[in-house]
Amino acid sequence: MSLKARIASVFDEPACPTNREKSETTRKKGCSKPLTPGAAAGGCAFDGAKIVLQPVTDVAHLIHGPLACEGNSWDNRHSVSSGPDLWRRSFTTDLSELDIVMGNGEKKLFKAIRTIVERHDPPAIFVYSTCVAALIGDDIAAVCERAGERFGRPVVPVEAPGFAGSKNLGNRLAGQTLLDHVIGTVEPDDVTPYDVNILGEYNLLGEFWFVKPLLEELGIRLRAVIPGDARYRDIATAHRAKANMMVCSSALINLARGMQERWGIPYFEGSFYGIADTSAAIRGICGLLVEGGAPADLLDRAEALIAREEAIAWQRIAPLKPRLAGKRVLLNTGGVKSWSMVDALQEAGMEVIRTSIKKSTEEDKARALAALKDEKHLFDRLPPREIYRMLADGEADIMLSGSRTQFIALKAKTPWLDVNQERHHPYAGYEGFVELLKRIDLAVNSPVFPALRAPAPWDEAGRLLDAPDMPVEVTHSFRKFAGGVLEDADDC
Amino acid sequence: MSATEVRSLSTNPLKSSQPLGAAYAFLGVEGAMPLLHGSQGCTAFALVLFVRHFKETIPIQTTAMNEISTVLGGADHLEEAILNIRTRANPKLIGVCTTALVETRGEDFAADIASIVDRRADALGDCRVVLAETPDFRGSIEDGWSAAVAAMIEAMTQPAARRDPERLVILAPSHFTVGDIEVVRQTAELFGFAPVVLPDISGSLDGTVPDRWIPSAYGGTTVADIETLGAACHCVAIGEHMRRPAEALKRKTGLAYTLLPTLTGLAAADRFVALLARLSGRPVPASIRRRRSQLQDAMLDGHFHFGGRKMAIAAEPDLLYQMASFFAEMGAETSVAIASTPDSAILDAVPAEVVVGDLGDLEQRAVGADLLVSHAHGRQASERLGIPLFRVGFPIFDRLGAQHRRSALYEGTRDLIFEVANTLIAADHHHPTPESLDPLRNRETLHDSRPSPEPRRH
Repeated sequence: MSLKARIASVFDEPACPTNREKSETTRKKGCSKPLTPGAAAGGCAFDGAKIVLQPVTDVAHLIHGPLACEGNSWDNRHSVSSGPDLWRRSFTTDLSELDIVMGNGEKKLFKAIRTIVERHDPPAIFVYSTCVAALIGDDIAAVCERAGERFGRPVVPVEAPGFAGSKNLGNRLAGQTLLDHVIGTVEPDDVTPYDVNILGEYNLLGEFWFVKPLLEELGIRLRAVIPGDARYRDIATAHRAKANMMVCSSALINLARGMQERWGIPYFEGSFYGIADTSAAIRGICGLLVEGGAPADLLDRAEALIAREEAIAWQRIAPLKPRLAGKRVLLNTGGVKSWSMVDALQEAGMEVIRTSIKKSTEEDKARALAALKDEKHLFDRLPPREIYRMLADGEADIMLSGSRTQFIALKAKTPWLDVNQERHHPYAGYEGFVELLKRIDLAVNSPVFPALRAPAPWDEAGRLLDAPDMPVEVTHSFRKFAGGVLEDADDC
Repeated sequence: MSATEVRSLSTNPLKSSQPLGAAYAFLGVEGAMPLLHGSQGCTAFALVLFVRHFKETIPIQTTAMNEISTVLGGADHLEEAILNIRTRANPKLIGVCTTALVETRGEDFAADIASIVDRRADALGDCRVVLAETPDFRGSIEDGWSAAVAAMIEAMTQPAARRDPERLVILAPSHFTVGDIEVVRQTAELFGFAPVVLPDISGSLDGTVPDRWIPSAYGGTTVADIETLGAACHCVAIGEHMRRPAEALKRKTGLAYTLLPTLTGLAAADRFVALLARLSGRPVPASIRRRRSQLQDAMLDGHFHFGGRKMAIAAEPDLLYQMASFFAEMGAETSVAIASTPDSAILDAVPAEVVVGDLGDLEQRAVGADLLVSHAHGRQASERLGIPLFRVGFPIFDRLGAQHRRSALYEGTRDLIFEVANTLIAADHHHPTPESLDPLRNRETLHDSRPSPEPRRH
């Protein structure tokens, strides 16, 4: 299938509600909005594909292109592995001018694969295409096929060159790659009625380990978590799971639907952020498993565990509540978090003054509206100047957002906490939510902000203001010098 | 808050002794030679610590007391030492620091020195002799430093007939580095002052390479400046331990002083700068306001790394106060505060429960802390506890450039924020593991015995 055809196919996503609402002709155009030169932000398709696939820990990820694609982006994600660290190593063919002019790209790629096999002997290699590789017509798929035969292991072509489209497109192309080349290529011999996959979980900061022991306590077997802390073999056998949970993201919806179509695995969409959501996710997994034939007592055991864990979480949140009560939050994240975090924050006693609904689906918007009662609390996109004004005027006590808007808050001398991908703390599950509230407490009650907001003891020209904060013993002793004139110096 | 206890064992001492602090202060005076009145070991140990810290030749001498001279009285040794130093090194000032040995025996050192100076006036010429009584069995570096500065003022400073509105006396604390003094001086100069810093190690221990061999301290506060301190318009004493010399100066010359307990942190720096603006009658220059803004940004960027962190500090009282109040301003908690000596009034202002103790106490109490803050000897505790050590104070013998690190005023605080944050970031090599995050662990201790997971390094 050509790249163009593949893009059209990933965009025509029957499971996507937005897509369903479109007319036949608009659907054909796909959902990538043309970018505006000079006014575009965000990652490319290569970025999106790499984000999805790179956390697979025991695979060597080889980027076929000039240096910038990998050189400027490697080791920038916070997924964590419990074992192999090969995924964190950066491999690129570093195409040079000469390679491009002489058409050496394919040869170089083959040699690069050989070198990786010799040095690291990984169970599989993912080879990522880039704009230049695609432009000069390197046949990555053919090289991968040849190398796979030669070196006796899967060499998977990931064809999502940056210029193909947005990051979201890259996410989907990556999902398609797993469907086409990886999932179902190995038959497991240890299938149980409790096998599930979690799709779109990245194990950022290891946060999924807050959740995993709870699922395991219920006897649930995680066949594959894609991609967080995954091994190649986990994903290759993922088609034998009994249920899929798709974590708060439409990015991998084609993967979930594809697995349903090909192997009949039911899926649901859920999230591990917030107490209610975590409980709902556990219920969702158990529900699908029981429908698929697991013993029905799983549901009762799940309810018992949920009751226990929620009680513990609220007990641990109790001491934080007085410190958070009434704090006003500007939530600037979008997507599922436009409402899922609202519920959670309100439960902890905070007031969400506004929430962003960018990237939110119609259903997300409806739920956000239900949580905040009034449409004026929802906004699609606020210009940075407006966010700055709101924060500088003290309309919110803290902004929760991604790192892109971090400095708007900080320059407005307002507490800020990263709740998106680049954050530095694990927030998933019950424990993660307690951790999130602790971090909000630290930020919103940090003494740094009152200190910074206190005006300097001088005006804009550096002239001292009238009421200096001076020790008494001092003020009298140099009152004489206040005008800069020294008189009567002897009894100074 | 402070608490003292009587104990019979010090494990891994935190303190360095008083005579060392006094000698250190004399090293900040141009052409001075510290003379430790005690056995030669007293001097040798102090010398080794100085050399390890500064990586410089350090001029310091000994009266080389022995068994017999101790029993019979040390005046002869003192006289011989003073005259020999005068002949060999030709210093402008000999700073006599007594030690536990001679203080235990007990002699009237002041009278002895007065007699020596009187009888040997010809031999001594313009070389001044100043006595600081600094027995090792009391106090610590800050006390010795303070005693030496007070002694110099008492012995040398003359009442002034007139005051110079551009002259400003700055009494620097023992934990000020060369870098701190430079920042303070430059800031004062921007307001049109010609500051006299005492002691001024920025001229003597700043690690330069002179073009000839000089056996005594070179650079530093001049003797003439010390004699005329009273002609300044005001005195700024930094650190509680500089109250004693500031009082001495006020008593001798009537010069009023302002005591600022610390210059570290936004509020503290504001106070100093506002004081200079008031004294000079000039507006705060744009360059200083720019640095203030830089500090504000450093606080914004840095506070993520400080919030909720537990700091374990072991230091001299004023340095302890400086670090603990800095951490409080940044949102970190000082969970352990160990002071070297019990007597300083500043200990009551430290925002933590202060224990007087040693590095053994630090090691025992710092379990679970995120950062140890002490001098280089804290490294053993750091290794055993697996907690990074942030080096402050004296001695720092296992890192280069200690004398140029700064923590004073806007730029010093900015540097300090970055240094501490970087130390914490570098120490976060513990990647999260399934075990470290498992919510089912430690369930019997429900209320959070598990520390928050470490933020991951970028």
